[in-house]
Amino acid sequence: MSRLIGLLVAAACAAVSAAPASAMTIEKIVSPSGIAAWLVREQTVPLITLNYAFHGGSSQDPAGKSGTANLTADMLDEGAGDIDSKTFHERMENHGIELGFQVGRDEFHGSLRALNEHRDEAFELLRLALTAPRFDADAVERVRGQELSSLKRDTTNPNNIASNEWWAAAFPGHPYGLESKGTLETVPRIAADDMRDYVRRVFARNELTISVVGDVDAKTAGELIDRTFGALPAQNDLKPVANATPRGMGRRIVINLDVPQAVVNFGGLGLARNDPDFMAGYIVNHILGGGSFSSRLYREVREKRGLAYGVTDSLVWFKRAAVVLGGTATQADRTADALTIIEAETKRMAEEGPTPEELVAAKSFLKGSYALSLDTSAKIAAQLTQIQLDNLGIDYIQRRGALIDAVTIEDAKRVAKRLYSGGMLVTVAGRPKGLASTGTQ
Amino acid sequence: MTPLHKLSTKFSSPPTPSLNSNARCQWFAAAALVATTLAITSAAAEPLKISDFTLKNGLELVVIPDHRAPVVTHMIWYKVGSADETPGISGLAHFLEHLMFKGTAKNPTGHFSRVVATIGGQENAFTSNDYTAFYQRVPSEQLKTVMEFEADRMSGLQLTDAVVLPERNVILEEWNQRVGNNPRARLGEQIDAALFLNHPYGRPVIGWRQEMEQLNRDEALDFYRRFYGPNGAVVVIAGDVEPEQALKFAEETYGTAKRNDLIKPRHRPQEPPPVAVRSLTLADARVEQPFLQRTYLVPSFGTAQKGESEALEVLAHVLGSGSSSRLYRTLAVDKPVAVMAAAGYDSSALDMSKFTVYGSPRPGVALPQFEAEIDAVIADVIAKGVSADELERAKSRLIADATYAQDNQATMARWYGAALMTGASVQDVQRWPDRIRAVTAEQVQDAARKWLDKRRSVTGYLIKDTSPQVEKRS
Repeated sequence: MSRLIGLLVAAACAAVSAAPASAMTIEKIVSPSGIAAWLVREQTVPLITLNYAFHGGSSQDPAGKSGTANLTADMLDEGAGDIDSKTFHERMENHGIELGFQVGRDEFHGSLRALNEHRDEAFELLRLALTAPRFDADAVERVRGQELSSLKRDTTNPNNIASNEWWAAAFPGHPYGLESKGTLETVPRIAADDMRDYVRRVFARNELTISVVGDVDAKTAGELIDRTFGALPAQNDLKPVANATPRGMGRRIVINLDVPQAVVNFGGLGLARNDPDFMAGYIVNHILGGGSFSSRLYREVREKRGLAYGVTDSLVWFKRAAVVLGGTATQADRTADALTIIEAETKRMAEEGPTPEELVAAKSFLKGSYALSLDTSAKIAAQLTQIQLDNLGIDYIQRRGALIDAVTIEDAKRVAKRLYSGGMLVTVAGRPKGLASTGTQ
Repeated sequence: MTPLHKLSTKFSSPPTPSLNSNARCQWFAAAALVATTLAITSAAAEPLKISDFTLKNGLELVVIPDHRAPVVTHMIWYKVGSADETPGISGLAHFLEHLMFKGTAKNPTGHFSRVVATIGGQENAFTSNDYTAFYQRVPSEQLKTVMEFEADRMSGLQLTDAVVLPERNVILEEWNQRVGNNPRARLGEQIDAALFLNHPYGRPVIGWRQEMEQLNRDEALDFYRRFYGPNGAVVVIAGDVEPEQALKFAEETYGTAKRNDLIKPRHRPQEPPPVAVRSLTLADARVEQPFLQRTYLVPSFGTAQKGESEALEVLAHVLGSGSSSRLYRTLAVDKPVAVMAAAGYDSSALDMSKFTVYGSPRPGVALPQFEAEIDAVIADVIAKGVSADELERAKSRLIADATYAQDNQATMARWYGAALMTGASVQDVQRWPDRIRAVTAEQVQDAARKWLDKRRSVTGYLIKDTSPQVEKRS
C-alpha cells in the first residue's frame, strides 16, 4: 500500500500544491548558448539544487524492451567518460554530491544537490553522466541483476500486482500500460546499445526543462548550464506517442494472491492538465479522497468503519492521457464492503457534487497548504520543473489562489459529474471474499 | 544523530521501527529517511541559533529558526513508546497515538483535523520504541492555534467504544499492510525478538497481533494518564517564528497544564551480556528473493562511552552505505556474490541500540555462503581497519548531510525531537559534526572489533517456503 500511496501522493503533490511562498522570486534566465531555465536565489543554506527533465520517458522504450529508460537511469552514475564506476561513485561521495535520475512515462527527470564549495565538481560529474555514459558490461550486468531481483520480489507483492494490472487493463497496447521498470521478460533483453540509443534520442537541448535553486547568480547559473548541457544534441529524436483514453470502465479484475490483506486500485477517466475544468476537478477530488484527514472516503472507509488504514484518490495526468486513480487495502472478508462504500461515495459525488461548505474548506486547504510544498530547495526546484512541464507560466504561483477562488459550486458539481460518472476500472490483488472478476475488455 | 541509511533504487532498507498513523503521509517518513544524518553546523554554514526553554510545569521547548518560507513545523514528543508498555498489552502506545485524534470535551472528534485541513496544514503522528510524537505543519500565523489544540489533548482526551473499536480495526489493517503483507518486516520482528532477551525492545512497536486484537478503551486511557503530561513532553518548533514569541505561545497554551506526577524516569529491564550466536530462518511462500539480515546489539549515543557512538556511525558508513562501501564493493562488484549488501546503525535509542548488516545474494549463491562472505568483509575491517580515504569519505558525507538537513525544517524538527527523547541534549546535536570530524581510524577499528562480535548478534535468513500450500480462504 505504501508504495501505491506514495506514487499517488507524489503525483498529486507534484502539481497541485504549487503555490506562492510570498518572498520567493523566480527569474527566467537564458544561458549564453541559449538554454532557458528558472532560477530562485536562496542564500540561507550554502547549497545548490538543480532539477531538470527531458521529454521522452519510458514511453520511448523500444518495443519488447520495456524498462530501457529505467535501466539507463540506473546506469548513469556507473561510469562515464574516462571514469569507471568505482571512481565515479567515490568522486560523488568524497564531496557529498547527490545525483538522482528517475523515469516517468513522459519524461526523464534528474536532480543534483551539492554544497556550494563542491558545485563545479558536481556539475562536471553530471555533464559526464549525461554526455558520456559508459555502460560497461560488468556494471550493466550488476545493475540488471538488481532490477531483476526487485522485479522478482514484485511478483508476490500485492501493491505491484494491483497497480500493474490496473495500468495494463486501462492502456492495453499503449506505452502507458507498461511498467516503467519493465518485466522479467523484457529487462534481460535490453542491450547496452539500446541504452545508448535511448540517451542519443532523449537527452537533447530542445524540450529541456531546468530549475535551479541556490546561492548562485544568473550569470554563474547560465555558465554551469552551458557547461553541463551545452554539448548535448540540439534536437531530440522521439517516437510519437498516441493519445489514449483509459479503457475497462465497469470492469473488475481480481488477481488471486495468498496475502492477509487485499490491495485495491480503482479509477477512471481524469482531466488533462490544460483542461479548463482541471482546477475544479482537483478540488472535487480533494473533497472525495484527497490528502487530508477530512476527505469523504477517509471518513467513510477508515474513520467510521475501520475498513482500511488508508484510502486515497488522486488526479494523475500525462501528456497523452489522464486518469483519476485511487487505492486502499483491506482484510479479505471486508474488501467487498470497502469497495461498495467507495463506489457509493463516488456515485454520490457524481450525482450531488460537494456541499458549499466542503468547497469552502477545500479551497482554504489548497490555498493555505501551498507554502508547505515550497519550504525546501529540493521541493521548490521540483515544483518549478513541474510548472514548466505543465506550461502553467512563470506567474502560476501568483495566479494559483485566484484560479482556486474562481471555482464555483456549479463548476464543482458539473465537473464532479464529468469526473465520476464514467464508471471505474477496479483491480484487486489478494483473496477478497465474495469478489470475482467481472466485465470484459 | 540518527544515521538512517539512505534509500535509493539500488539499496533497499530493512523496515524502520517508527510507525505513522496514516498511510497518506508516508512521504514524510520517507523524506526523513532519505535525509540520512543531520546536524547543525558545517564548515560552510553559519551555526544556527537553537533556543531551548523549560516551562515551570516541566515542558521543554526547542525553537529552530527557518525564515525562508512563512510556515512552521510544530511537534510535540512524549517520552513514551512501545518499550514502556506492560507485557501482554503490546501495541498500546501506538494504538493510543491513533486514539489521540478522537477528540476532547472541548474539541470533539475530527474538529482539530478539520481546522488543520481548513488552514491548509498537514498533520500526522508516529510511534517508536521510545517516543510518541504528533505534528502539524501550518502557515506561521496559525502556530498558536495548533498549540492550543495540542495542549488541549495533552490532558483532555475523551474516548468511547464507538470510536475506539473501529480504530482497533484500523491498526489491525495497518498490521496487515506493514507486517502481514511484508515478509521482510516479519523477519525483522523475529530478529528483534531473538536479539533482546530481556529488554522490551524485543516487542514490535505495532504489537503482537493477538494482543492488538484485545486492546481496549480502558487500557488506552490508563496508559494516557500514566505517560502524557507537560513534564513528559518536548515541543519542537522549526520555522518562521521568533523564539520569544514561541515561548510566549507555549506559556499561554502548554504552560497552563498541570504536572503529571505519575510520570517517572524510565527504567526498563536491561540486556544481560550476550553470549550466544543466534540464527533463525523464516520461510514464506511469497519470498522470491532470499534475504539475509544480521543485527548486533550495540550501544546507542546515550549508552555509549565518549566517541564510541560516533565511531559506529562512521563504521556503518564505511562498511555499508552506498556504492563505495566495503560490503557493496566487495560482494556486489568484485566477487560478485550479492545483488546488494549494506549496513546501518541507529544511534538514537534510550537504551541499547542496533547495528544492522543486510543483503540479498545473487541467484545460485546460497545464504550460508553469502553469510560467510559477509563475515569475511567484517573480519577484514576488524583485522586491518579502514583506510584514510574511506574515513574521510564517510566523514565528508555525514557532515554534508548536516548542511542538507538545514534545508528542511521538518527534518530538523524531527532530528532534534528524536535526540531529546533518547537521552541527548540540544548541545549534543549541535556538536554532532564536530564529534564526527574527531573520529579516528583507530576508533572505527576498535568499534568494529568490540561490537561486531557474532555472539552479540542474531542472523536471520528469509527464504521461500516451498512446502505445499494449504488453500486458505478467510
